[in-house]
Amino acid sequence: MADNILLTAAVISLLSIFIALLRFIKGPSVLDRVVAFDVISIIAISVIAILAYMFRRAIYIDVALVYGLLSFLGVLVVARYYERGL
Amino acid sequence: MKFKAAVIALFLGLLIWLGLNGSLGREVLITGIIVTVITSFFYIGSGVFRDVHLTPRALIALIAWIIVFLIELVKSNIDVMSRVVTPKVRINPAIVQVKTKLRSRLGRLALANSITLTPGTLTADIVDDTLFIHWIDASTVDIDEATRKIVEKFEKHLEVLFG
Amino acid sequence: MEIVGSILVLIGSLIFFLSALGVIRMPDVYNRIQTGTKATTLGTIFVLTGIAFLSPGWIPKLVILLIFIILTNPVSSHVVARAAHFNKEPMSPLTTCDKMDEAEE
Repeated sequence: MADNILLTAAVISLLSIFIALLRFIKGPSVLDRVVAFDVISIIAISVIAILAYMFRRAIYIDVALVYGLLSFLGVLVVARYYERGL
Repeated sequence: MKFKAAVIALFLGLLIWLGLNGSLGREVLITGIIVTVITSFFYIGSGVFRDVHLTPRALIALIAWIIVFLIELVKSNIDVMSRVVTPKVRINPAIVQVKTKLRSRLGRLALANSITLTPGTLTADIVDDTLFIHWIDASTVDIDEATRKIVEKFEKHLEVLFG
Repeated sequence: MEIVGSILVLIGSLIFFLSALGVIRMPDVYNRIQTGTKATTLGTIFVLTGIAFLSPGWIPKLVILLIFIILTNPVSSHVVARAAHFNKEPMSPLTTCDKMDEAEE
C-alpha cells in the first residue's frame, strides 16, 4: 500500500521534471533556462530521497546532499557570470 | 567576546558532523572533535555571529519567527498555487521598495531570505536599508504601506534576535 | 505511520507538479521564479518529512538536507532575479511599476 503511493508520488515528480524540461528547451533567454534547471534539480533531490526509501539504501541520501550542493553552486556561478562576469 | 564566533562554529560543525555520521562511536566522535576544533580556530576574531543574541528572549523570538514563517509559507503557497491553476493567469506584478529597521547584516540576510521564501514576494536587491521586492500581486506601490504589509510580520521577531 | 508518511510524500509531489506548471505558464522570468523555485521548497519540506515518518533512522541526515535546502534556495532565486534585472530581461506587460529602474537613474 505505502509502496504504491510512493511509486505514484515518484511518477508525478518525474512528470513535473519533464514539464520543467519543456521550459528548459523553450527558453527564451538563458536565465529562463537557469530557473528551469533550478526547479529540475530540487525536484530531483526529492526523487532521490523517495528512491532511497523504496530501495532501503541510506547512502542515497548522501547522493542527494552532494547533488544539492553542486546544483546550488552551478546556479550561483551561471547567474553571477551573467551579472558582471566571473 | 573574541571567541564567540569560534564557539558557535565549533558546536555547529560538531552537530552537522554527528548528524551526517548518524552514530556516536568513539572513532567518529574523536575525529569530529579534532577536525571541528581545528576549523573553529579560523573563526577567532571574525564577526560573523557578532550580532546574534544568546538570551532566553532571543530564543522565544526565534521560535515565534519560525512559527510565523511556516504559517506564511503555507498560506502564500496556497495563494500562488491558486493563481497557477486558474485558466487565465491573473497576476498584477510590480517591483516595490521597502525599508527595514534592522541594523545587522545577519538580520538583513534572514529578513531577505524569509521574504524570498514566501512565494508572492521576491527580494531582488538590497541597498543599505532599502529592499527592492518583486511582488506578484502588488496592491500598493507606496513605500510605507508596502513595508507594513511585507516586512513587519518578520521584522518584529528578527529585531529581538539580531538587533 | 507508513500511510501518513506516504500521504505527505504524495502531497509534496503534487506541489512539485503545480510549480512545474507555473514555470511553463507564467509570462516572464520574475514570475517564473516566484512560482517555480520557491513553491518547490514547500514540496521538499513535505517529501522529506514524509520520508522521515517512513524511516525514522534517517532523521538526522534528512534534517541536515532540509536545512541546507531552506538556506540555499532563496539565495539562488535572489541571485537569478538580480541577474535578470541587471540584464534588462523583458518584464510582462502586466507589470505596473518598477521602483528599481527609477532608483538606478
